[in-house]
Amino acid sequence: MSTSHEPFVATGDIPASPPPSSAVGPIAWVRQNLFSSVSNTVMTLLGIYVIYSLLASVVPWLLLNSVWNASSLQDCRSIDNGACLAVIRERYLQFIYGFYPNEERWRPVVAFVLMLVALWPVLFAGAPRKLLFGSMLYPAVAYWLIWGGTIWGPIAVMAGPIVGIIVYRIVDQVLCRLMDEGIAGILAVSGAVLVTVAWWLFAVAEVDSALAAVLDIGLEPVASDKIGGFLLSLIIGVSGIAGSFPLGIALALGRRSNLIFIKAICTGFIEFIRGVPLITLLFVASVLLQYFLPPGTTFDLILRVVIMVTMFAAAYMAEVIRGGLAALPKGQYEAADALGLDYWKSMRLIILPQALKISIPGIVNTFIGLFKDTTLVIVIGMLDPVGILGPIRADQNWNGIVWELYGFIGIFFFIFCFGMSRYSLYLERKLQTGHR
Amino acid sequence: MAVISNDGDGFRLGMLVYDTRYRSYTIQIFALILFMLAVAWLLDNAITNLALLGKTFSFGFLFETASYDINQRLIDYTSTDTHARAAIVGILNTLLVAFLGCITATIIGVIAGVLRLSNNWLIARLMTIYVEAFRNIPVLIWILITVAVINESLPAPSGFRGADPAASPFLGGMLVLTNRGFYIPAPIWGDMSMAVVAVFLLSIVAMFVFRRWARKRQEATGEILPVLRISLAIFFLPTLLAFFALGMPITLEYPELKGFNFQGGVFMRDSLIGLWLALSLYTGAFTAEIVRAGILSVSKGQSEAAFALGLRPNRTMNLVVLPQALRVIVPPLISQYLNLTKNSSLAIAVGYMDVTGTLGGITMNQTGKAMECILLLMTFYLIASLSISSVMNWYNERVKLRER
Amino acid sequence: MKIKGAIIAAAAVMAVSTAANAGTLDDVKAKGFVQCGVSTGLAGFAFTDANGVWDGFDVTFCRATAAAIFGDPNAIKFTPTTGKTRFTALASGEVDILYRNTTWTLSRDVDLGFTFLGVNYYDGQGFMVRKGLGVKSAKELDGATVCIQTGTTTELNLADFFRANGMSYEPVPIETNAEAQQKYLSNACDVYTTDASGLAATRATFEKPAEHILLPEIISKEPLGPLVRHGDNEWGDVGRWVLNALIIAEEKGITKANVAELAKNGSSDPEVNRLLGKEGSDGDQLGLSKDWAVHAIAAGGNYGEIFERNIGESTAIGLARGLNQLWSKGGILYAPPFR
Repeated sequence: MSTSHEPFVATGDIPASPPPSSAVGPIAWVRQNLFSSVSNTVMTLLGIYVIYSLLASVVPWLLLNSVWNASSLQDCRSIDNGACLAVIRERYLQFIYGFYPNEERWRPVVAFVLMLVALWPVLFAGAPRKLLFGSMLYPAVAYWLIWGGTIWGPIAVMAGPIVGIIVYRIVDQVLCRLMDEGIAGILAVSGAVLVTVAWWLFAVAEVDSALAAVLDIGLEPVASDKIGGFLLSLIIGVSGIAGSFPLGIALALGRRSNLIFIKAICTGFIEFIRGVPLITLLFVASVLLQYFLPPGTTFDLILRVVIMVTMFAAAYMAEVIRGGLAALPKGQYEAADALGLDYWKSMRLIILPQALKISIPGIVNTFIGLFKDTTLVIVIGMLDPVGILGPIRADQNWNGIVWELYGFIGIFFFIFCFGMSRYSLYLERKLQTGHR
Repeated sequence: MAVISNDGDGFRLGMLVYDTRYRSYTIQIFALILFMLAVAWLLDNAITNLALLGKTFSFGFLFETASYDINQRLIDYTSTDTHARAAIVGILNTLLVAFLGCITATIIGVIAGVLRLSNNWLIARLMTIYVEAFRNIPVLIWILITVAVINESLPAPSGFRGADPAASPFLGGMLVLTNRGFYIPAPIWGDMSMAVVAVFLLSIVAMFVFRRWARKRQEATGEILPVLRISLAIFFLPTLLAFFALGMPITLEYPELKGFNFQGGVFMRDSLIGLWLALSLYTGAFTAEIVRAGILSVSKGQSEAAFALGLRPNRTMNLVVLPQALRVIVPPLISQYLNLTKNSSLAIAVGYMDVTGTLGGITMNQTGKAMECILLLMTFYLIASLSISSVMNWYNERVKLRER
Repeated sequence: MKIKGAIIAAAAVMAVSTAANAGTLDDVKAKGFVQCGVSTGLAGFAFTDANGVWDGFDVTFCRATAAAIFGDPNAIKFTPTTGKTRFTALASGEVDILYRNTTWTLSRDVDLGFTFLGVNYYDGQGFMVRKGLGVKSAKELDGATVCIQTGTTTELNLADFFRANGMSYEPVPIETNAEAQQKYLSNACDVYTTDASGLAATRATFEKPAEHILLPEIISKEPLGPLVRHGDNEWGDVGRWVLNALIIAEEKGITKANVAELAKNGSSDPEVNRLLGKEGSDGDQLGLSKDWAVHAIAAGGNYGEIFERNIGESTAIGLARGLNQLWSKGGILYAPPFR
């Protein structure tokens, strides 16, 4: 029996001892992130002070002492000294719909829900592709829902391109036998475009009233001046966004085109629009556009504004997309050419998908900017959310109210714009194909 | 263009469409015709409409008496001056707020952008909140809010009145904050004051000469002078000496409460301050993002390499990081300046008389010359934008990486 | 994607728009309603209730015009216009008639190419100040800060007034009435100036109207009236005589209550009979039905009734008739005879 000590042989790893308490846990985190140096400490204290003073003024005002139940500002003030949120409670429907008739307010709601449905296949790749055709019908549906009138008007308008396609088919067939294919093609296309435009200009009204006389399906018409509030912002914003995207792509391609004349037109247009403030373009929409149309033509102010806003956003969009096009390596263009693809095919299949992917942050930023810019329509007397402030403050009950209303509008815009910027981040991550 | 087809078939009409040699011409001529038709149609409509309304297109109204007053003006103007002069007053006001706004927006943006990258968790989060709040809420609402803050929370001039006033000026009467605007002392130029100004201008020139000389010397000998301290001394000392030596010829006029308002001093009205502040904060939020992106764009290896060369941190910043970051920062920054200038047209919402308020506002209303006024207005903004973007192009050209 | 939306809408609206310059009356009859330009919102004159229904002094005149043409005071659409957009809205044919506190001036009549149809409210520019300021006259306003709503003749009158009296002032021009009021209420202005009727209307909406006074000086003549485009005299005649009919109705004691009965049974006064279509052919001459004036009066009553209901002394606005009293009662309201 041996008394000698067995040498110690470790049979396993000794577990690592925990790091000293000064390096982990909340305290360490605080020390590292907030108080790592003198200047850092000073900044932290300053930051805490700023947060405290912000909360100290906002929390009691907005949460503790706010008044929800009151019929007028005087009432509010007599109850408590906080925010008079009763005005929001009483008027929020006006903020949302403007003066849209009470009993018809389900229509914009349906239009809004349908918009989300229509956006689903556009925004999220997982959705069934077939739904895209439904999305293409959406503008007509939304127009009909919001403005009302007979259902035949939008249907007749939507029928325009179909008529055009039929005309194209027939003319093409007939002319191909008579003359050279290329010329026939051009004639057929121009014929189809002419017929479509003529259909819109001259036939739509007749078809509409004829069909309405036979079968009168329709909604109570709602005039444009009844539309206001966030509804108006959304109408202008969404149609501007939808319109400016294809127009922007076309302008960007035009500006990079080798065709000198087309390039000149596109460049001139983009630089002109980007050079002037949106306000002046809105003045043009409200004041000048009439002069440049045939005498006596009037059309809806909302539509005029949508056109101007679309053109405005399209110019910015074009520059963003042009940046994306320029950022693509030259090899991509050359590879497309080497495959023998013609211009449109190479753009559609190779260049644009990549260029648009690069430009996503810029595109979404343009959309956000456009949506924010819808507030400017107040300068031409439209009743967007900021414009609704006028009637509310002209009311004896709410005269003199300020912060509550600005805050409400601000929060609405924040939610929408912030949501869009988050979506852009999501999209960037999803489309990141990991080439880096 | 004169490529003659050599396949023997000769020219067929179809080649205009299918032959790439001709197709571009076909398309362009087609587009040209369409474009000219559209322009002709628009002009024809405009002429017909104007004739129908019995209006003429002329700029004669610019030389008629404006007969309205403008509160904020950088040059002399009374209601008996012409519309043209009113427009110039407006243009100067636009340029004033744009200039002030660009400076403060840059300062705010740089500070916020750098702080967003700070190690300090709290400060970085605070700056994120600032940036997101201002980027996601329309500038018009910010302008309305800032002006409302000034109007609602600051005391009216009457609050300064009486034996025990509710409000009092700051800094011993130097700074008066009222809800109608801010008053600061105005300089009164005495007899010899021009001499002081001349000394000041000369010392600025001297400072630049010195900096140039110091750089040349460093390149030649390698010796580094304390450039910053010496240039500061050149900047301040001679002027101060001259000022006291000549018996303090420049004095300050303090604002004083007289009648309804304060009189004397420099008056910066609420609409100017509000617009300036809101535009700076709004554009500052965008600038912060640009600055952050610019700093992040310089790869870490650059500063590590500079440290390895033995450069001290501030020299690393000045000589290595900043020049590279600026290349990324400046172009979008300048387009932010452009946006700020264009956004300043929202002055109309708070009653600041910029060019949209004079030429595109009261003048347009009073004369009914909508087409002429809007045309002039657009021309002004176009010229302003194009000059700013030509500066940008010049800069881009200058800092472009020389690819070898 | 959805670029079609814009095109579709454009096409749809272009398709239904018609040429307006031929004869406005025929166009109006064809489309079935009158498009009337009004203010974006001025208490008592033109405002919308919570349901978006337009009402007010100017609005009632618009409705009477629609009633005269269609027999229905609701055959009308309103376009809210700002000081900036109102004239172009009219000139371009966007609205058929403009009832928006518009001052009749030479340049608007001649240079801008409009025809004023008469005056439905004789106004003048006044000043409102806080009582606590202790100001009793506009002559004491030297150095004051004055809030103005732009887009009117107001800023010109103001400049003239202060220049003529050798006083200085700080103009604060504001685009909308609501913003201008807000500034005045927060004491960022000493004085608020606009037409006296507008001042009274504005003061009525204040929390404590008694703390504000209107100064006695009225510094301008502001005849406010309806206007139409130059050169369309038939349409102008309709608007002009609807206005005159309402004034005459007050003079002759025809009210909303008794107009139907008078139209049925006739009256001993031949002018009343001519007005109400019992005698003569006034309606045919105007291109309207025989009983046009009956409908116009039935829409909102005669001039006096419209005044009392919307802006009179019994309302919150509380305006006295003053100049707007009939000529026979000391005012200057005077309609040409129906003959």
